[in-house]
Amino acid sequence: MLLLFVVLLPLFGSLLPVLAMNLAGRKASALAAAAVTAIALLAAVQPLLSVFGGKAMAMRRSWLPQAGLDLALRMDGLSALFVLLILGIGLLVILYAHYYLSQEDSPGRFYSIFLVFMGAMLGVVLSDHLLQLLVFWELTSLSSFLLIGFRHQHAEARQGAGLALAVTGTGGLALLAGFLLLGHIAGTYRISVLLLAGEVIRAHSLYVPTLLLILLGAFTKSAQFPFHFWLPQAMAAPTPVSAYLHSATMVKAGVFLLARLFPVLSGTDLWFFTVGGVGLVTLLFGAYCALFQHDLKGLLAYSTISHLGLIVLLFGIDTPLAAVAGVFHIINHATFKASLFMAAGIIDHETGTRDMRLINGLWQYMPRTAALAMVAAAAMAGVPLLNGFLSKEMFFAETLHLSALGPVRGLLPLAATLAGVFAVAYSARFIHDVFFNGQPRRLPKFPPHEPPRFMQLPVVILVGQCLLVGVFPAFTVAPFLALAAGDMLGGPLPGYDLAVWHGFNIPFGMSLVALSGGLALYGGRRRLFAVHERLLPQIDAHTLFGKGVERLVHGAKALTSATENGSLQHYTALLLLAAVLAALLPLLTGTTPLTGPAPLSPVDGLTLMGALLMMAAAILVVVWHRRRFTVLIALSVVGLMAVLAFVRFSAPDLALTQLAVEVVTILLLLLALFFLPQEDRPESRTPRRGRDLLLALGMGASTGLLTWGVLTRPFTTLSGYYMANSLPGGGGANVVNVILVDFRGFDTLGEITVLAIAAIGIYALLDNLCLEAGTVEGLPRRWADDRHILVLSLITRLLLPLALLVAIHLFLRGHNAPGGGFIAGLVTAVALILQSMASGIAWTRQQWRMRYHPLIAWGVLIATGTGMGSWLFGRPFLTSAFGHFYLPLAGEFELATALLFDLGVSLTVVGVVMLILATLGNLSRRCAEARRDR
Amino acid sequence: MEALAALTVAVLVACGVYLLLRARTFSVVVGLSLLSYAVNLFLFFSGRLLGGAPPLAGAATATADPLPQALVLTAIVIGFGMTAFVLILALRARGELGNDHVDGKGEKR
Amino acid sequence: MNHWMVAPLLLPLAAGMVNLLLTGRGIGPQRLVSLACTVALLAVSVVLLGSADSGALSVYRLGNWAAPFGIVLVLDRLSGMLLATTGVLALLALLYALNGDDRRGHNFHVLFPLQLLGINGAFLTGDLFNLFVFFEILLIASYCLALHGGGAARVRASLHYVVLNLIGSAFFLLAVGTLYGLTGTLNMADLAVKVAASGPDQTALLRVCALLLLVVFGLKAALLPLHLWLPALYGSATAPVAALFAILSKVGIYALLRTSTLIFNGSGPAAGMIASVLPVLALLTLVAGSLGVFGAQRLRALIAFLVVVSAGTLLAGIGQANVKGIGAALYYLPHTTWVTAGLFLLADLIARQRGDQDDTLTRGPAVAQPTWLGSLFFLGAVAAAGLPPLSGFIGKLLLLQSVAPRDGLWLWSEVLLSGLLALVALSRAGSRLFWGSQSQRPGQGAVHWGRLGPAALLLALSVALTVGAAPVSRYAEDAAGQLLRPAHYIAAVLAAEEAP
Repeated sequence: MLLLFVVLLPLFGSLLPVLAMNLAGRKASALAAAAVTAIALLAAVQPLLSVFGGKAMAMRRSWLPQAGLDLALRMDGLSALFVLLILGIGLLVILYAHYYLSQEDSPGRFYSIFLVFMGAMLGVVLSDHLLQLLVFWELTSLSSFLLIGFRHQHAEARQGAGLALAVTGTGGLALLAGFLLLGHIAGTYRISVLLLAGEVIRAHSLYVPTLLLILLGAFTKSAQFPFHFWLPQAMAAPTPVSAYLHSATMVKAGVFLLARLFPVLSGTDLWFFTVGGVGLVTLLFGAYCALFQHDLKGLLAYSTISHLGLIVLLFGIDTPLAAVAGVFHIINHATFKASLFMAAGIIDHETGTRDMRLINGLWQYMPRTAALAMVAAAAMAGVPLLNGFLSKEMFFAETLHLSALGPVRGLLPLAATLAGVFAVAYSARFIHDVFFNGQPRRLPKFPPHEPPRFMQLPVVILVGQCLLVGVFPAFTVAPFLALAAGDMLGGPLPGYDLAVWHGFNIPFGMSLVALSGGLALYGGRRRLFAVHERLLPQIDAHTLFGKGVERLVHGAKALTSATENGSLQHYTALLLLAAVLAALLPLLTGTTPLTGPAPLSPVDGLTLMGALLMMAAAILVVVWHRRRFTVLIALSVVGLMAVLAFVRFSAPDLALTQLAVEVVTILLLLLALFFLPQEDRPESRTPRRGRDLLLALGMGASTGLLTWGVLTRPFTTLSGYYMANSLPGGGGANVVNVILVDFRGFDTLGEITVLAIAAIGIYALLDNLCLEAGTVEGLPRRWADDRHILVLSLITRLLLPLALLVAIHLFLRGHNAPGGGFIAGLVTAVALILQSMASGIAWTRQQWRMRYHPLIAWGVLIATGTGMGSWLFGRPFLTSAFGHFYLPLAGEFELATALLFDLGVSLTVVGVVMLILATLGNLSRRCAEARRDR
Repeated sequence: MEALAALTVAVLVACGVYLLLRARTFSVVVGLSLLSYAVNLFLFFSGRLLGGAPPLAGAATATADPLPQALVLTAIVIGFGMTAFVLILALRARGELGNDHVDGKGEKR
Repeated sequence: MNHWMVAPLLLPLAAGMVNLLLTGRGIGPQRLVSLACTVALLAVSVVLLGSADSGALSVYRLGNWAAPFGIVLVLDRLSGMLLATTGVLALLALLYALNGDDRRGHNFHVLFPLQLLGINGAFLTGDLFNLFVFFEILLIASYCLALHGGGAARVRASLHYVVLNLIGSAFFLLAVGTLYGLTGTLNMADLAVKVAASGPDQTALLRVCALLLLVVFGLKAALLPLHLWLPALYGSATAPVAALFAILSKVGIYALLRTSTLIFNGSGPAAGMIASVLPVLALLTLVAGSLGVFGAQRLRALIAFLVVVSAGTLLAGIGQANVKGIGAALYYLPHTTWVTAGLFLLADLIARQRGDQDDTLTRGPAVAQPTWLGSLFFLGAVAAAGLPPLSGFIGKLLLLQSVAPRDGLWLWSEVLLSGLLALVALSRAGSRLFWGSQSQRPGQGAVHWGRLGPAALLLALSVALTVGAAPVSRYAEDAAGQLLRPAHYIAAVLAAEEAP
């Protein structure tokens, strides 16, 4: 439970600094952050003690069993060591940052993100569950993104942050895959459990991909070659961030992972060559580059890369002793590198620059800082009596007796010594260039002063550790090291002694060579720089990365806009192609014949002629499609033939409906045509037309085959039920109508809703739309002006009541004979429209004033209300009821709730049709008025 | 008869599809209505072809299948609403985009 | 029989029509009606979710006609969860719209409830033709809503959307007609029975139906290559509409899932069809969407492509056709719906506060509420990119685990790669929108708390889904299990007993 508290406290405590900042200012927020860290440290004491007592502490809660996600924390020696580093150095950095950050840096925000990062880091090292470790791992990437980009006014900060996130994010995803594989192999995500399953895992066939994916994650995080380039860019972060993330914590997460999984993954050639090789290359590359940096932090960044490479190489060497040396160097590097970053920050803070070509001779301005920095740098160089020396010695010793390399085994010590030479050289440069080497040149701030004491305090403490460990290793670091290394190896510790002096042996010789060679190298730096400048033109990682991303973005954009090109014809063609494939593939690959066993019915001449006429009309529609007025005639012929087809195959209701719809549709098209231009010349080129023709034929063929296949198969339907229950159950003889208003009344309700929405949508579309009329052949220039045709209007005036009577008749009988609400509604509407067309504008204006929205609404509401009525009788929605009533004179007649429902339907239909046509019909007039008003 | 029905549907669909691929809104609308004729016929035919037997309850002989007729009726009405909407949308598009190209490309008219 | 089942349909229908009557009486009453309707909808759908979670299917016989003769509504775990997802989304989108977006065009408060009617109907109905009708309702409503606010961009995008979907509806009718012509029924459960019993000479035609339906639903679900209409439409729609549309593409996914697990279920002759092509297309959709996200130049376009990505991810899970895969997809569905919706709202806020720079991903004037919008964007980006610890990560985790490593090479690489692309794209977008921007010009970029609330809530739901990951994913897996046992569904629907 305490462990959970240790992890969660910084995460949730991250709110405090912001609050404190807003309430009580900088000091308060710094105090809040420090307090949170200190409490976490106190809370960690008891677990630490129990770990030192030899008993690892663990807690576990089930979180998401489906994904095998648990909340599992465990502290053993290795994680204990890291917890101490994270919290201890964190505390020092917070103190340091308080003096480093200025008011406009908004320290509150800084400390908050800082604490989040700290919590995430603690989570990484304390996790006893792979996936949970990954969660915290990604959290460190995210929070470091915010920390590196903290001063986002500067472009390099933004780019550095983006670069870091991209690289570590990639690694994180690889790591996720690797962890999933590892969990799959081991059958568990519990680290403490799978640490015991090393044999099985290494023997598994998926071991290779697993290892490579996990290594990718670790290497990106720990800035190993060739993924190192984000780290130097990350130096755009405020120096406290660098001191924390890039010395002790974030970059150490990668090596921590290697250490954590060492017992499981190590011990194979693949591990030896990949990890060792990458580590070696990084070690040399980083050391080499560090020497040529002019930026103080750049030098430290590359030296960090180099030292991380050293640690990785030690793990790669894959002997227990090397592993111990690796852990040891983790501690040492954390201490001296953190203090060096802080010193660099102080110098930057005091001089206003980090360019070593400007900063010289600071010794006489800030001797204390100089002294501290020099000791730390010496430790970095591996000078005796400092902690760096000890781990270096162990490293040198390890490189010597390495049999695995066979004949070329001699190379490794050479490489190690070479790296040592460069390390000494760049450390020498750090000391000499900054603190001696003449006088400072054109410093932005001059003269520099010693920083406030408390800003120096963290550096003092850290450098003190370097010394203590360096002089009395046995009394200071030994127990930690033994514990951590022991739990890392998960086995017995090899024998080693941390004595400062092992006598004159080869490692010591290598150290001497490194020291003297490094100093010599630094002495000859001028020539070396010249050579370096000439040989390797500086390749700038972040511009490369920026260019790369830009190129990718452009590629993606091009690829996207090539497909998503805003051309409807293109989209339609794709849709049709998909449909053709969907239809033809199964039909052509099908094993059974398309033609079914059902008997065919004979063709009669009349039907044949009708069909031929219909097809001819359809083809004419295509042929004439640019002569728009003519095309409407052909189109209406097709519609008429459809009506006849419905008659021919015994569907009177359909015929009536189609007829009425036909009239209204053609009317609509005519009205619309008045406002559409006359398109005359062909739009698309021949190849395009060829493609369209192919698609058309393909689609036609597939539907034709489909029809044929369906019609030639025997057929059993549930319509018998409708025929049987229509009268007794639905109270109507016209089964189609009963289905519409009763069996499937819900469809009808939905369909009038569609109509209603369409109508109001159209109303909205036509609102304040002004179109000058397009010229259309065959139409009078100004349609429906006041010269209205008297005769026609007279006739329609007479016809109107008649038509209404017909409508009512159709409506009433609809339940038993062809007719019904739709048809009645449509007939009414058509009659009204005819009237308006004939009677010209004056009459139409009245129509316009009339509001059809309520009519539509009431129609739908009546239909719905009828359906709800059945609730009163405890029946489900839309249950119908009917009874036969007797009226004198009228005789017996039937009254069905379905009738009420149908009434709603017809009201809606009338309202919809009238609304659409009236709105459209008045378009031109309203435009004229609108123009007059302007 | 079945072959004739299939052929008719096929021709209507082919004509409709060709018009759908034209560049002017009006042609597309016409294509859509042709397509909906074809589809309604197909849906209607799916109840098989039977002449002179309207589905009235109590009919002595076997009648045509009423269900597809109900479906087609619904389809017709919905199709009407949709055609009207897309037609008016085409008008609006001309108003907003200045021409009647489906992508609003081309010269102002 | 529980009458609550029909409430998710009647409530919005009535509300829409009442609002239609209220047109011209000022927007106040309409707002009240819409709000009441949406709140009630949420309440009802939560109740239904609870009853669905018992595992029992409830069937509602409209007109008191037994299936397969009448139309039935069926409530199972899947539809219950989708109703709830819609309910939450609708309420928050409406709350956002009430800040003035509902005034930017005609009849918003008529169309909004009717849009919900269409969506809920599609989720509830157990009848294939009725599904068509509800598709038409939700489509016509979405046509009008997409045009809400007017302007050339919206009109062009809508025209394309309308034409494509009208063609799609024609194909839907073709499929329905063929199915009816072969089986003589329309009820989905009955269809499942008849299809399973159909002879070998019908196999080819049934496969055509399956694939045609895949095309129809794929068009709505934005399945490659039928996704091309989506970015322009969603990218140009008014913010609350775009947010509501986040569930629209999921309706297509739902229909695909329903038909492939019920009508063409594992035992049927056409079983293999959808399962054979879906996974490939899903992964291609994922790639296309990720490329779009990566290349987007405007924030709204980027989010629109995130919708495509989510469609690909969901279908990749559904394509697994096993409990783990479908379960993962069903956990991922509410997450991606809510988060993309929240991002659409957030993008609108950002655009409003950046003045003439609108939502272009270039450095420009600072927003008025950098801390709020910045942290919300960060939250949304983490969730959308599928980074830990938020629900997006959990969803992807479940999805990756649903396939064995050896068979999962493509799925794994696509999903992880798309996550990386989204991560880089979103971090670039965020750094350009919020970092290194010039200081506010005076009088520019007003603060909108009323709008910030709903956006923040939608994004915060991702946190809720993370905390409640265990119960939600448990429910999702149960729902998947229910889908993969169609016999249960069929028995419940075709049960002979009449209602009291």
